[in-house]
Amino acid sequence: MRLTEIHGTAAPLPIENLDTDQIMPKQFLRIIDKAGLKEGLLYDLRFDAQGEPRNDCVLNQPEYRDARILIGGSNFGCGSSREHAVWGLQQAGFEAVIAPSFAEIFYSNAMNNRLLLVQLERDEIDVLLHDAATQPAAPLHIDIERQTVTSAAGRVFAFPLGARHKQMVVEGMDTIDLTLASLHDIEAFERDHFARHSWAAVL
Amino acid sequence: MSTRTLYQKLVDSHVVARVDEQNVLLYVDLHLMNEYTSPQAFSALAEKTRRVRRPKQQLAVVSHIIPTHAEAPRVIRDAASLLLANNLARNCAEAGIALHAANDPLQGIEHIVAPERGLVRPGMVVLCGDSHTTTYGALGALGFGIGTSEVEHVLATQTLVYRVAQTMRIAIEGAMPYGTSSKDLILWIISRIGAQGARGYAVEFAGSTIASLSAEARMTLCNMTVEAGARAALIAPDATTFDYIRAHATSLDETAWHAAMSDWRELKSDPGARFDSEHHFDARDIAPFVTWGTSPDQAIAVDERIPAAATQKTPEAAAALRRALDYIGLDADQPIAGTQIDRVFIGSCTNGRIEDLRIVASIVAGRHVAQGVRAMVVPGSGSVRRQAEAEGVAATLREAGFEWREPGCSMCLAMNDDFLTPGERCASTTNRNFEGRQGRGGRTHLMSPAMAAAAALTGRITDVRTLETQS
Repeated sequence: MRLTEIHGTAAPLPIENLDTDQIMPKQFLRIIDKAGLKEGLLYDLRFDAQGEPRNDCVLNQPEYRDARILIGGSNFGCGSSREHAVWGLQQAGFEAVIAPSFAEIFYSNAMNNRLLLVQLERDEIDVLLHDAATQPAAPLHIDIERQTVTSAAGRVFAFPLGARHKQMVVEGMDTIDLTLASLHDIEAFERDHFARHSWAAVL
Repeated sequence: MSTRTLYQKLVDSHVVARVDEQNVLLYVDLHLMNEYTSPQAFSALAEKTRRVRRPKQQLAVVSHIIPTHAEAPRVIRDAASLLLANNLARNCAEAGIALHAANDPLQGIEHIVAPERGLVRPGMVVLCGDSHTTTYGALGALGFGIGTSEVEHVLATQTLVYRVAQTMRIAIEGAMPYGTSSKDLILWIISRIGAQGARGYAVEFAGSTIASLSAEARMTLCNMTVEAGARAALIAPDATTFDYIRAHATSLDETAWHAAMSDWRELKSDPGARFDSEHHFDARDIAPFVTWGTSPDQAIAVDERIPAAATQKTPEAAAALRRALDYIGLDADQPIAGTQIDRVFIGSCTNGRIEDLRIVASIVAGRHVAQGVRAMVVPGSGSVRRQAEAEGVAATLREAGFEWREPGCSMCLAMNDDFLTPGERCASTTNRNFEGRQGRGGRTHLMSPAMAAAAALTGRITDVRTLETQS
């Protein structure tokens, strides 16, 4: 199904360098499927050492319970390559993350799962953070085709999105099928590559 | 032909096709896997009845969940961890993929095992579902971490749709000062350029300082470059690299070796090649470095004081500093040296190689771990472990009071049963001091093996250069 717009409220989580260890702690990674990652999302921020919900965490506050958009700090998703972080965000109902910047592997992981990442300037983020803190019920509107975020007050911010990534998010294409359409090219490349560079065949 | 950087040469030589202006279809020479970032990739393949296209270009290891207790045979008692290990074994058996399982003598951390087996060579593209795959740039190979969806793509196609990075050169000149290592060098660089200072870049290290480093020391450097956000780290192969490859890639015969060398000599940035960004550093400014906070860029020289919020350049950095100090339980303006530690961890894909263990042994020989400190050494692989035992390094470490354990990722990320308890403070040779990384509430100080050895002996963060007068 095409995904052309995201409409919903946003939860503010302006933590710099929020790493994937924090987004999805280790104890939730011992799985061979994708089960249970909603519970693991930002676990140490959401629960105290006794497992009780922390009231100081926005994700535990009723006004953000239905948030579909997360507003984060810069270098969001840095650290470990664990895609479980993206799966967990989606299982918790998030369809987009807005931040000043995103870590590289996290970005690819998000695109491969159709989790939209919206990169905005710091001052634009500050406006959205302020709105999310003061008017938690006011929804944001993200138009993916036009690559814009519209705040509840009607301010419009444009964000970058590569053509391929846009297609991945909007259409949810099967990238393996697309690549396998070039199977002939891959086979030709690999014959030539290993014929010329036999040292690259190591096993 | 126009001048090209080493990175551009490595990418160009692996482009199957251009996808669009930003992306290429990149050929993958070797793909490594572990037990926790690959399961869903195999399941997704099976769901769509796709096959692993090139099983002989894959290698898997059990590394992240494996307990490191010194017992033979090794047993994985945690049910969920055992499921991961068994699942990997089944996936590899079905697809015909080589696996170093729990009791394989070659088992270890992927980034230790692959180079020591001679499987990473200059000019290759090597990927793994693990961010520290940047390690392989130390040998002139393009390595970087990928997610599970990309693992699936590589298994199915032996290629990756790859967004080509910008290029950055970091040149470092001069001799490394006494008491420092490439771990200090990279902590120092990250503290200067920041945790996202190289985000979006493939970094090439150059200069006389880099030339003087051993192949293993270069692996430490390239391994941790990802902590500055880099997509890849590279060092042009030189005599040091070729000696390392010669010693480890024993399957290369004379003919293959000569053919390889004629290719590998071209693997350097052309004179005048343009980089999108450049940094120049003087190695004389390096000192033993220690992290004080919860991001790898929150690091200072061991003789410095923890910065105050007021010194930070942005409100965000000041907020991050306050948050980090609150977690780590230290105060601004406090000297980092003298901080009491409870645990010492020596190991990981950053510093779990034989040279690292030799340095630790040379410092702790004839001495003993301080009372009340629990110190562990987890070699990076079975080969490292056996070599350390053969050389007497292991005996020295045991006599000094270190636990001598079986190989794995262990307390670097604490996915097994090696972890810090809340409030415990650890001197660690690993790569990430993130909140909760080594266990919920655990407090990590990243440092070199030499500095971790000094911390073990004194029970506090100690300048290894002054150890003689302190113990």
